[in-house]
Amino acid sequence: MTEHTAAAHDDHHDEPPTGFAERWLFTTNHKDIGTLYLIFSLTMFFMGGLMALVIRAELFQPGLQFVDPQFFNSMTTMHALLMVFGAVMPAFVGLANWLIPMMIGAPDMALPRMNNWSFWILPFAFSMLIMTLLLPGGAPAGGWTLYPPLVLQTGDAFPFMVFAIHLMGASSIMGSINVIVTIMNMRAPGMTLMKMPLFVWTWLITAYLLIAVMPVLAGAVTMLLTDKYFGTSFFNAAGGGDPVLFQHVFWFFGHPEVYIMILPAFGVVSQIIPTFSRKPLFGYSSMVYATASIAFLSFIVWAHHMFTTGMPIAGQLFFMLSTMLIAIPTAVKIFNWLSTMWKGELTFETPMLFSIAFVLLFTIGGFSGLMLAIAPADYQYHDTYFVVAHFHYVLVPGAVFSIMAATYYWLPKWTGKMYNEKLGKLHFWLSLVGVNVLFFPQHFLGLAGMPRRIPDYPTQFADFNMISSVGAFLFGFSQLLFVAVIWSSVKGKQQATDQVWDGAEGLEWTLPSPAPYHSFNEPPVIK
Amino acid sequence: MFSRSLMPLLAVAVAGVASLADLPTAQAAWDLDMPVGKSVLADEIMGLHHLILLICAIACAGVFAFAFYTIITCRRSTGAKAAKFSHSTTAEVIWTIIPTLILVGMAIPSARAIIKIEDTSGADLSIKVTGYQWKWSYDYLNEDKFFFSTMDRASNAASQRGSGIDPTTVDNYLRNVDNAMVVPVNKKIRLLMTSNDVIHSWWVPELYVKKDANPGFVNETWFEATETGIYRGQCTELCGRGHGFMPVVVVVVTQPEYEAWLAGELAWNQVQQRLVATNVSSEADGGTVAAVQGE
Repeated sequence: MTEHTAAAHDDHHDEPPTGFAERWLFTTNHKDIGTLYLIFSLTMFFMGGLMALVIRAELFQPGLQFVDPQFFNSMTTMHALLMVFGAVMPAFVGLANWLIPMMIGAPDMALPRMNNWSFWILPFAFSMLIMTLLLPGGAPAGGWTLYPPLVLQTGDAFPFMVFAIHLMGASSIMGSINVIVTIMNMRAPGMTLMKMPLFVWTWLITAYLLIAVMPVLAGAVTMLLTDKYFGTSFFNAAGGGDPVLFQHVFWFFGHPEVYIMILPAFGVVSQIIPTFSRKPLFGYSSMVYATASIAFLSFIVWAHHMFTTGMPIAGQLFFMLSTMLIAIPTAVKIFNWLSTMWKGELTFETPMLFSIAFVLLFTIGGFSGLMLAIAPADYQYHDTYFVVAHFHYVLVPGAVFSIMAATYYWLPKWTGKMYNEKLGKLHFWLSLVGVNVLFFPQHFLGLAGMPRRIPDYPTQFADFNMISSVGAFLFGFSQLLFVAVIWSSVKGKQQATDQVWDGAEGLEWTLPSPAPYHSFNEPPVIK
Repeated sequence: MFSRSLMPLLAVAVAGVASLADLPTAQAAWDLDMPVGKSVLADEIMGLHHLILLICAIACAGVFAFAFYTIITCRRSTGAKAAKFSHSTTAEVIWTIIPTLILVGMAIPSARAIIKIEDTSGADLSIKVTGYQWKWSYDYLNEDKFFFSTMDRASNAASQRGSGIDPTTVDNYLRNVDNAMVVPVNKKIRLLMTSNDVIHSWWVPELYVKKDANPGFVNETWFEATETGIYRGQCTELCGRGHGFMPVVVVVVTQPEYEAWLAGELAWNQVQQRLVATNVSSEADGGTVAAVQGE
């Protein structure tokens, strides 16, 4: 082992191992694991995106042109599973790995071997899930919500899907334990909880949500498994069960799950907007409290996904009111971001562009969510394209844009080189136009009466579907630029400064660019 | 110069849009909102939808306006200097309280509407609706009337992959059936929803009624149509390969016509022809049922 002498140089740090397997397969380093997570996430993003393009190609015109309806259903199901569990969640875990130790002044994550394991489960889980496309009966086609009895009609893919979901859950839980232990134990002296960067705060809360709900999903899919193969009747009325019970259990997981995908996004933009506004985040403590309130509320709103299942009036009223409450902390956040920008000194580099788009387009998704909360109106919106438009607005220009913003923002710190700003801006503008052309017309389709998850549609929906498909291809192919920009930074020439952005504040910007292999060997001093 | 050279282009574009609007098959193609309802609760539900949409649109416009004002006025390139403030308790209290008040205001009418939607008492007629993969059956309780309702042959033929049939040439493509549900106008119809296999959901947008059909359980809902006509919808809960191909068609007729239909003296598609004829003749007043315009 290398012995460090006192008063080491800036670049005096451990080097990564040289062999490929030693560096990547056996890695216990938070940066390498973060990189693996991010590359994995991007791969899944493209695979899930390809499936989305199959869907939008089929829906370009009325009539069945390309695929069988069963395969279409597999595409919607697999697209959702890949995007939710393969793209968005691992991307945020990757960001947490890279950033949390650097932000709190730690050398690495607290549990490095578990960190390795929690990543290396994922490629196996998703290979198994994607492999089901080749099995007799095809890939799962009952929707990512896995509602029985339909999901029990899945062919040989069924046990593989259940096992894959168990693996993803195990991976998420281990990742979350690691985040919590790291944040609780490895903060630099003087960094109290209320001095933590907001990204760290949102991830801390997200990690608790994950630990609370992933076992619930595991329980739900295990009950499906025993219903199918071992003669139980949890969800089978003929044996005394209830198919709607599954929906309650699933959404008790599912609603916190959507906040798992958006809270770290809130954290990301709360880091970026102050930087490019040259102004501290407005209402730091109310941001923390708002995040915590959203997390708490996420546990008591689940049945708003189920207004049409035949709930008692009292249940509908409760879930309607609790859902409406979420609008309040969410509004606080939007106002705080805008107030951070207000009277600031704004510049519009790519990360800031993505963050502003996040705030504004997430607002649209938030408001359509509020509309969906109104139970009597939800009877009309439910299971139509209005819902598809709503959750894609919060997930694509919401979660995905924030991941892209984060990538552009911290990429120079990771690689030590600046990315191509012109190409980055082009990527932003094409994505912005593409995403709106893709998803905005879907609001109209839903209101006019187009159900979701249909491979073919009545002819009066043809025009907006065509527009939406054009947007999908524009958005989809624009993402190739994202890879190009990342490459421009990896192979870049222009050396990034330590601070990278002139308004950037936080411990990660005190480290050299690229950041040393072990972030902080000596805990920094927090003022 | 530039604008003059653009003029012919513009004229072509306008003509193109106009001709699109004239296409007979473009039924309600550019609809931006829910269809106008033809049932007792429709106006109230649509009113709630419009109220919340309006509130959201105004609030959204406010957020966008403030954001763009900030983006335009507070940029470094115009010499703006960053202020140092980082919180304001007054502002935060105000923007917590205002949304709360708006939400309370929304909750009251919404709760009232839910109570009405769930009140299935005093129905004139009860029909048991059963979902199957992939069709519906309608069982008129206390009447000797039970039949299946499957997507019509023309839609089925055209919806086969590589059929070569243009869906726009098919009457009410994917929204037509062999046997439709027939109900009398201005009567409260109670629906008892269940399923034979997986979960389905029965929806007719213009009647503002949607409810899941769960296997092994019976759900209740109701509607009361206020105008005769043909109302079309689709299954809205993913139910497998044929999910997109199990339409719902409700024919609302006068009481005598309904009785004739019950007695087997009148077929639903004869009623349909009569309704189409009336609608075509009354098209001048613009009060037509969108779903039958293509006939």
